[in-house]
Amino acid sequence: MAISAGVDMGTQRVKVVIMKDGQIMSQTQNFLGFEPTKAAEQALKEALKKAKLSREDIQHITATGAGVDMASFADSTVSMMGADAQAGAYFFGSARTVIDVGAEEARAVNCNEKGVMLDFVVNARCAAGAGTFIEAMARALEVELEDMGSLSLQAERASPINASCVIFAESDVVSLIHRDEPKTEIARAIFDAMAERVSSMVLRLGINPDIVLVGGVAKDAGFVASLKRRLGTEILIPEAPLFAGAVGAALVAAKRAARRQQ
Amino acid sequence: MGNNEEKTEYWRWGEYQRIMSRRELNTAEIITAGVDVGSVGSKAVIMTDGNVYSWSVMRTGSNSSDSAKKALGWAMEDTGLTLKDFNYIVGTGYGRVNVPMANRAITEIACHAKGANYIWGPTVRTVLDVGGQDVKAIRCDQKGKVVSFLMNDKCAAGTGRGMEIIADLLKIPIEDVGKVSLSVTDEPKPVSSTCVVFAKTEAVGLLRKGWSKEKVLASYMRAMSIRMSELIEKVGCEREFVITGGQSKNIGIVQRVENILGMKSLPVPNAEETGRDPVAAGAIGAALYAKALYEKSQR
Amino acid sequence: MRVIRVITYYGYQDGSGEYYIVVDAEKCNSCGECIEACPQEALKMETMFIDLEDKLVVAVTEEHRKKLRYTCSPCKPESGYVPCVQACDQEAITCAWNPLNQKST
Repeated sequence: MAISAGVDMGTQRVKVVIMKDGQIMSQTQNFLGFEPTKAAEQALKEALKKAKLSREDIQHITATGAGVDMASFADSTVSMMGADAQAGAYFFGSARTVIDVGAEEARAVNCNEKGVMLDFVVNARCAAGAGTFIEAMARALEVELEDMGSLSLQAERASPINASCVIFAESDVVSLIHRDEPKTEIARAIFDAMAERVSSMVLRLGINPDIVLVGGVAKDAGFVASLKRRLGTEILIPEAPLFAGAVGAALVAAKRAARRQQ
Repeated sequence: MGNNEEKTEYWRWGEYQRIMSRRELNTAEIITAGVDVGSVGSKAVIMTDGNVYSWSVMRTGSNSSDSAKKALGWAMEDTGLTLKDFNYIVGTGYGRVNVPMANRAITEIACHAKGANYIWGPTVRTVLDVGGQDVKAIRCDQKGKVVSFLMNDKCAAGTGRGMEIIADLLKIPIEDVGKVSLSVTDEPKPVSSTCVVFAKTEAVGLLRKGWSKEKVLASYMRAMSIRMSELIEKVGCEREFVITGGQSKNIGIVQRVENILGMKSLPVPNAEETGRDPVAAGAIGAALYAKALYEKSQR
Repeated sequence: MRVIRVITYYGYQDGSGEYYIVVDAEKCNSCGECIEACPQEALKMETMFIDLEDKLVVAVTEEHRKKLRYTCSPCKPESGYVPCVQACDQEAITCAWNPLNQKST
């Protein structure tokens, strides 16, 4: 009954999802660049086109994400934690913990079966706990970002690196490469370090299975493997984890649209 | 040494060795050395009867014991000294356990406080040491003994590495960043002071917005200075306040930190003439402790 | 007579706040009770060079210094009652914990 849109203004990209009656009609993403609002409007336009809908068909737009203030065309906003909880429960009915690792921030959210957020913990303002770390290391290793995962899975051990800071890790990587340390083992060390940081964060919240992993980094098999090892549990990952925030926002928008119709 | 390299590698600071020409080695009773191997810089100081005789400052290589040997070897160059001449050698720093020729190792905090006490005298009470990959805030007493100490080596914000990164980004030789940052007329707002990665991203954004290099540098330096000052305030800033380590020569940092703390730091003495080089404070302290330990062993 | 203390802050500060375990080396009598009390095995004895002597003083292990926030979190330092601090009858070990308010978007 409700047609809604969710807009997730991340730190690197904007993600838009259009939903109708609880089904995902389309999803698009765009790099924010120097004009984030324009980038978001563009992404919305494309999502509408893909869904074969017009702007007037959308009953409610809810925005979320670090740059939520720049989605001026949205009707309402929701916190990233709230969006994550909604998305987690939507994708997996058994979800009780949602871990979201983005470009600059990592979060963990506890939720109930209805997708209501109960508690959360955030790792912010430090690049070492988020996607930026992997990007910086891919550059230092001179490999493509997409290849980092498969590279790390080939390693049996992890090289010793100072992982408390991206900058220090970069210097360590430079000298390790100098000493002919295999790139596979360095890649594994990086994912292990990130997994340790993320799992420490989750442990502060308490591990409540089932655990769902979302965010751009969730697509990386290397990170997932390290995280599974660290947490010692299974991890559920939706097909398009990058769009979880936008899906959550779209679900919230649908609820709000329904409420306003009454 | 290596002056041609500095033109293209903006972040590479100059290495050097100095000998105090006026000192006589022959009359020296006790010859000691202190070697401070940091994660970025290695310093060695040779002392005769507790006075600085010669010293070296160079970049730490991939192997810390090799760096220790090189630093001490360089400090010994043209002095006629051999390893046998030393009564006692103390190693310290991040790689202090890897100073192979040292009689023992001592924690770097103790050495830094002692070194600051030697350089500026018994009135020093607060020391800000900015290393390559760490920042230390030290409170000491009139004898150079540590009273309170805090180190942040988890994060590049406020460290020498943070400075190398902005020098590299803006293509300004690192020895000039201080001067250049002070050439702005109005101090701009600082970038993120909590993470160098984000601060760098912000700096790039500011450049694109049309900010001049000087303004971006000033904004970045202010952020780094805020971070350093926060650590000093945690242990408490008591007069007299001094700055040691690589950033002691960075007037952009010195002035901003003084401004934020509301306290002037004691000026840097003429190291070439006096041997009191704040960059080598840790190694100076180590060499002094070497003398004290040697004397103790002879009693 | 002024009592000189030798105080060391172990831990770190970053964008999310400050997290330190603070040890007074002059008060510490190396009894080791706090080391036993710590459920994370984050403490150990270390030699500290004071007054030309090596004194055995408790310290946070290298491994935990840079992630102290996560190490200590299960003991809930914000409450002010943590096992290591409670175990010490010399008042040599304390906790300085200041997480910044994170409850925002």
